[in-house]
Amino acid sequence: MSSATGDVVMRATDVHKRFGRLEVLKGVSLEVRQRETVCIIGPSGSGKTTFIRCINHLEKIESGRIEVNGQLIGYRDANGKLREDSERSIARQRTQVGMVFQRFNLFPHKTALENVTEAPIHVLGVPAKQAVDEARVLLTRVGLGDKHDTYPGKLSGGQQQRVAIARALAMKPALMLFDEPTSALDPEVIGEVLTVMEELAHEGMTMIVVTHEMGFAREAADRVVMMDDGLIIEEGTPEHFFTAPDHERTRQFLSKIL
Amino acid sequence: MHVLVAIDWHVIWLRIFHPDSAFARALWATIYISVVAQALGILFGLVAALARMSRFAPFRFLSGLYVLVFRGTPVLVQIFYLYFVFSWPTLNLGFQVPGEALAGIAALSINEGAYMREIIRAGIDSIDRGQMEAAKSLGMRYGLAMRRIVLPQAARVIIPPLGNEFNNMMKTTSLVYTIGVYELFADAEQGYSQTFLPDYFLAVAFWYLVLTSVWTFIQAGIERRLAVSERGDELTLRERLLAAWNPMTAWGRSAR
Repeated sequence: MSSATGDVVMRATDVHKRFGRLEVLKGVSLEVRQRETVCIIGPSGSGKTTFIRCINHLEKIESGRIEVNGQLIGYRDANGKLREDSERSIARQRTQVGMVFQRFNLFPHKTALENVTEAPIHVLGVPAKQAVDEARVLLTRVGLGDKHDTYPGKLSGGQQQRVAIARALAMKPALMLFDEPTSALDPEVIGEVLTVMEELAHEGMTMIVVTHEMGFAREAADRVVMMDDGLIIEEGTPEHFFTAPDHERTRQFLSKIL
Repeated sequence: MHVLVAIDWHVIWLRIFHPDSAFARALWATIYISVVAQALGILFGLVAALARMSRFAPFRFLSGLYVLVFRGTPVLVQIFYLYFVFSWPTLNLGFQVPGEALAGIAALSINEGAYMREIIRAGIDSIDRGQMEAAKSLGMRYGLAMRRIVLPQAARVIIPPLGNEFNNMMKTTSLVYTIGVYELFADAEQGYSQTFLPDYFLAVAFWYLVLTSVWTFIQAGIERRLAVSERGDELTLRERLLAAWNPMTAWGRSAR
């Protein structure tokens, strides 16, 4: 666990989001500081995934604001009203926020190495040789130093997810988002992905992790956030959560899942 | 009904084994018209497919109108209209491209674009949404993500039906004979009109068959190269050719 005393990296204030008639986020506020690892738990349909997808503007929001490193995400202030930002600046904002998806979403027509170098070369304009060198280091770091030239289709789920983590890290993001990164994995490979994530947390990466892996939350999280029905109903340290949660709903949820 | 003239093997022999310079010119016209019209057709289809998926409603409308009109009317009508409504100049690109050929290319490519739009759109639709999301999450803009991530994957889906389209295109070019382009069919028709021997048509059928067969080889090669990587279930060139030549599976290669 890292000490979370740095500056605020992500600040969400009263975020509302609806899909048609269904209100999925009913005013979510959360601050995440530098070097902090925050786990978001909660039953399915509680809005956890939607919330982190809003943080890199893969989903629009109805109201509220989300800032990363002090910069408003997805919108610009127009006399107190929020107007959606241009595609160009949204893309630029996203380079600061790494995302790891439940279903990996690796590029199947590119090798592991090419998956990792793609965005640094074509988005950031890093020279190819430097991008390749950095990608090799990253792939080694996630334990795939021998899989550079392998296509995703030939990798196991756990290996694919580790490539996906390396791919996101290659952009040197200020914040990493994990959307249920182990939910689509076979039980025997979950551990290898969690290990990589724990290492990242201990090295001081700022992370927001939506997960059902309570073991990971206990081990690596500085703070656990419980969401239910579009709201954050409780947050605190893992010890608080797993020994004496305040909220009845949290107790119910944990008793079912543990 | 009875056969008016017995097959004149001598004519067929001459047309196949002793092609003259007029034939060479006609063959070249058929080839360049079909290649250029198909290439432009892909381009128009791509633009129309992207317009169809645009967030801007007028683009979607125009794309729909384009397909409605050009798939809903005979290509022969389109060829005639475009030929007579504009005055087409002769181009000199080292070889002469007469105005009729330009008009033919224009009509065939615009018509083809309407069909290619659907093929390209289906190809793009077949790619998981997560690919675009992953690309965006890495800071790619829509155009870059399309170009580097989505379209290369969609190409695998697009290439087989595209091959069939080109096969059709080579045969459909015969229609531009009607506006005076000297291509394969015009060459045959000229031979016929001087002798009234239908064997000229039999001989030209053979040449079309040669063109489409050569294309089948090329297409098999392209598909094989595209199949490299990914799932590891790629067919060898030989398997693809066997599948292509098998009359039961020819042109229906979605089986695998």
